[in-house]
Amino acid sequence: MRLLKSQIDTKHGAGFVTLLPEEPEDMWHAYNLIQPSDLLRARAIRRVTKTSDSGSVASQRITLDLTIAVTSTDFDVGSGQLHVAGRVASENEHVKLGSHHTLDLELHRKFTIEKVGEGGGGWDSVALEMLREACETERRAELWAVVMGEGTANICLITEHQTILRQRVEVPVPRKRRGGVDGHDKGMEKFYSTTLATLLRHMDLGKESTAGAADKTVPLLLASPGFVAQAFLQYVKSEATRVGNKALMTLVPSILVAHSSSFHVHALKEVLASPAILSKLSDTKFARETVLMDKFTTLLRQDDGRAWYGPREVERAVEKGAVGRGGGVLMISNALFRAQNVTERRRWVGLVDQVKEVEGGEVRVLSSLHESGKRLEALGNVAAILTFPLEDIDEEDDETGEAPGGEDMVI
Amino acid sequence: MPGHQRAKNVAYDDDDFYSGDDYYEDEEGGQNELSPEDQEQMRLGTIKVKEALDSTISVTDKQIEEALWNYYYNIGKSVTYLKNTFGPKQKSITEPQKTKTTTRFDQAASAASSTVTEMPSPLYAYEQMATATFSRTSASKGCADYPVPLPAFAPLDYESITATDFFFDVPWGNVPQERLGTISIQPLLPRGRLLGGSSRPSKLAALAAARKRKQEEAKIASAQPALSEAKSETDKAVSLLDRLNVKENDAAPTHSSDGGEAIRRESVAKRYPLKKRAPSPEVVETKVDEDESAGEQIPLPEFPDIRTGPSTFASTLCGRGGASADLDSGFASISPFPNSTGLLQAFKGPSPDDIVLNAQAKGTKPKSTQPKKTKGDKLAASMEKMAVEETPKVKSKNLDVIKEFEQSGMKPMANFVVIGHVDHGKSTLMGRLLFDLKVVDQRSVDKLRKEAETIGKSSFAFAWVMDQTSEERSRGVTVDIATNYFETSKTRFTILDAPGHQDFIPNMIAGASQADFAVLVIDASTNSFEAGLKGQTKEHALLVRSMGVQRLIVAVNKMDTVAWSQSRFNEISTQMTTFLTAASFSLKSLTFIPVAGLTGDNVTTPVQNPNAAWYAGGETLIDALDASEPAKRNIEKPLRLTISDVFRGGITNPVSISGRLDSGSLQIGDSVLCMPANESAVIKGLEVENEPVDWVVAGQIATLHLSDIDPVHLRLGDIVCDAKKPVKLVKEFTAKILAFEHVMPMGVDVFRGRLQAEGKVKTLLAVLNKGSGEVVKKKPRIVKPSEVARVCVQLERELPLEVGTRVVLREGGATVAAGLLEG
Repeated sequence: MRLLKSQIDTKHGAGFVTLLPEEPEDMWHAYNLIQPSDLLRARAIRRVTKTSDSGSVASQRITLDLTIAVTSTDFDVGSGQLHVAGRVASENEHVKLGSHHTLDLELHRKFTIEKVGEGGGGWDSVALEMLREACETERRAELWAVVMGEGTANICLITEHQTILRQRVEVPVPRKRRGGVDGHDKGMEKFYSTTLATLLRHMDLGKESTAGAADKTVPLLLASPGFVAQAFLQYVKSEATRVGNKALMTLVPSILVAHSSSFHVHALKEVLASPAILSKLSDTKFARETVLMDKFTTLLRQDDGRAWYGPREVERAVEKGAVGRGGGVLMISNALFRAQNVTERRRWVGLVDQVKEVEGGEVRVLSSLHESGKRLEALGNVAAILTFPLEDIDEEDDETGEAPGGEDMVI
Repeated sequence: MPGHQRAKNVAYDDDDFYSGDDYYEDEEGGQNELSPEDQEQMRLGTIKVKEALDSTISVTDKQIEEALWNYYYNIGKSVTYLKNTFGPKQKSITEPQKTKTTTRFDQAASAASSTVTEMPSPLYAYEQMATATFSRTSASKGCADYPVPLPAFAPLDYESITATDFFFDVPWGNVPQERLGTISIQPLLPRGRLLGGSSRPSKLAALAAARKRKQEEAKIASAQPALSEAKSETDKAVSLLDRLNVKENDAAPTHSSDGGEAIRRESVAKRYPLKKRAPSPEVVETKVDEDESAGEQIPLPEFPDIRTGPSTFASTLCGRGGASADLDSGFASISPFPNSTGLLQAFKGPSPDDIVLNAQAKGTKPKSTQPKKTKGDKLAASMEKMAVEETPKVKSKNLDVIKEFEQSGMKPMANFVVIGHVDHGKSTLMGRLLFDLKVVDQRSVDKLRKEAETIGKSSFAFAWVMDQTSEERSRGVTVDIATNYFETSKTRFTILDAPGHQDFIPNMIAGASQADFAVLVIDASTNSFEAGLKGQTKEHALLVRSMGVQRLIVAVNKMDTVAWSQSRFNEISTQMTTFLTAASFSLKSLTFIPVAGLTGDNVTTPVQNPNAAWYAGGETLIDALDASEPAKRNIEKPLRLTISDVFRGGITNPVSISGRLDSGSLQIGDSVLCMPANESAVIKGLEVENEPVDWVVAGQIATLHLSDIDPVHLRLGDIVCDAKKPVKLVKEFTAKILAFEHVMPMGVDVFRGRLQAEGKVKTLLAVLNKGSGEVVKKKPRIVKPSEVARVCVQLERELPLEVGTRVVLREGGATVAAGLLEG
């Protein structure tokens, strides 16, 4: 994402930025930045009907710049499309004020986000941090991963901020039977060929979109329980030589094979946490997040009161100053900041600010689209590693009778 | 052979050679004698062959020399040949010929492959000459490729036929002696037999050639009504074909001069030994044809017997039903260069093509036109009938399955799963068990042992009885459940051999979910047991227990490696008892048996090892298995079957599934519902233990052949249920779980038999008291290992899960908890 223009009043949080999305992931950033009640200005195509003086009606599709006051956003993870619905906020000759419009943000087409500040949320610290992150131009890690088992493969694209399940391949593979094992072998053969064909189709798409990075080969990670991944790698190699597919042959050296305990997407977390993979990808956000989540769950297992999860518990811990300098980490999913409700968002922004500014602790905003974010989501979207043990937080919670699970539904 | 001659001869072309008889003679004169080297070799060879041949076979030196010459001084081959030809000849004339028919091809084939490189061989040249005579005119370069040194050159034939007999009707003049000697091919005559089978290409070629020259031939025939060799010989302008005929006739007299025969042949053979020719089977065939046509002239008594009938193809070509009855003209028409009379006769009538065409026109058309209509009507009618018959559904016999089952007095059945840590010998023990019970025969085990030895894993032979896929064998681990059956006097057992490797626990769960009881295999050798206890020995035991298996037989395996030490056995028993009772196995349902799977001690027969005296009279593994009580069957309950495999059962059964009936019963013709696809299907066939049956009841592992359903609707782990009492689909459920690891809200894999689904522990509702089930703590932050808790699990997609179902929750390769579904 390129920042074309920005005018932000840091004191009140009012102002606007003009952005130019360049890769699909920028849509995800835009999705996180655009809040209800923001003003969004972008190019739109709208059908306009005109009634002439004589009473005849002419309908016309015209392209125009529209400014809408956002009411809701809709993000399609698979295709990376962002639809922003709202009401027209500035009148022009074709469209009346207040009429509804849904803007489809497109790549390489600039848009402007304006936040009014004060009453409506404005550019708070979290939003500014997101903006900074979104406009980072440094190399973005990208990785294809196939998590597979016998007859099932999940083809995922892992980017800096997202893990996208691009396709799930399912091929029925007969189990081994007495006297008839060739069915199994045939089934596996078919499964491999289907998986490879699907994978190549998707990877090609990926290359087109990251046009700038076409020269660098994107690493491919194969993970499976047992020997499926190795066998698949073997198949890819033989297929590459057999067909003479140059592109595939250049890909072969960048294939990593890892072990996972199951073929489900969430098995990716153990793959990414495995030392072999981590050494190669340690500088990436998802790897860091995975390590952090693992650290948290380890502490939780030790059950010494230094790891807490759930909105209420974490807030209480922060209140008591347990998430501060010297190891205090607040983990929070960016899903919480997408809250439709302004006060809800304020609550979390406040918590982040508190930890960061006042307590001096570390804040990690985890992407809800990564495996680590999903794990955090299971824990109520927010968790904290404390500097000193606290034992009675949930006891108090019991007294209030409020279920921590109830707060999960905010998003 | 002198080098310069060789070089000289290389240049010779067939055309050159056959262009004139003068040349022929000249050549012969120069080559009449063997070279000194050849003579020496011949001498030595003759001695050796004589030695090799026993005295019963009387062979002259000349014959030996001839044979040696043919085989290029290969003594072995010559001896065989001589034995073959001269040995049996004494007894009967037809017999050896018959044997020859079979062997000659083989010999020729093998010789072709082995001797082609040996060229130039005298034999080759010899044959060369023979072929050249006819193939020359075949207008094909085919002869240039003459490949096959024909070894069975049948001296017997020319011995049995006197020259005068042979040529009694041939009107030739005084042909020079030398030239007569050239055609030593006469012995080839009986080869006509080959015509019967395989001479198609050449015949076709010959036919084509014949047709081409049809006109020409006819002309010649009219010009020379009685074609004589003298005439043709003088007339240089006659066609190639004629020339050939002449040659052949020329050749025939060779036999009249017996004396110089051998020498002559040799000399002929030597004449063009260097002509390198690539193999061409066609030529052989042509030659055969030629021989046939020549053979017509010779009234051999055995001739008709020897010849096989022409192939149907040949007879069709000749347009005769009984071609064999009238071979002469048949061959004449086929042969490209028949002798004059045959040829003339052959082309007087309609050409074979015409005959065929006529025959076709006569034969097929009326048949196909007239009866077609009536047949068509019939066909249509029968098709209609067929169409009616195709639709009928599978008929149900409407059996009262429960009653049938009670009446059948079926032997009690039991399914048991074999569990344990990887490499503790589960598959080997089961392979041994099956072998000792004669389910697997010695031959297959020997075969497996051989295969195993070739990759250096001889100890895996028994395991390979169970591990059948190539991957399992090459890696030496079981990957998937192997199902096998055996029977004792009391019970019919189904073995479910589970994989021990951690990665394949999903498969093990699938197997364990079908089992009535379990056999836990433990490696007694040092450190292995301890490693297993930390690994899958523990996990498997906990899993089978949490899946409802009550009875456990602990087979302490590899006792041979610890010399049947009683103390080791007791140590393991004590440790395991402590552990298993803690895992809520009752003490009386545990049985410990020391065994040695590889040697087979105490598997089916009591151990003989003197070190194991302490166990004398103890139970063997099979005794322990037999002591198992039959499992209770839920026959009365509605049908539930978990699909553990979907496959193609064959052409007649495109969709087949297998799995264990958890409850209820089934019979052919029943309509069932497959969940969660919610598709109905009809049972077309049922199989238990690979035997077709009419009905199945709960507890049996059955194969169902389905119809009226697409296999895409069937996935592993789906439930086949009664259409009237379908299983409900759930997206979220609460379960009472026993935690093996820390449980917190997290993503988990939910297992139920073959079913493996993504889900997550959404909330921890309460920690319960292990004994009473009372709530100890509400909404715990985390559930610690070995605590019992009530949790809420949310699934990614709706699944058929019922109250009372046992589920296993796993995460990151470890079993987190096992539980009972509460709703």
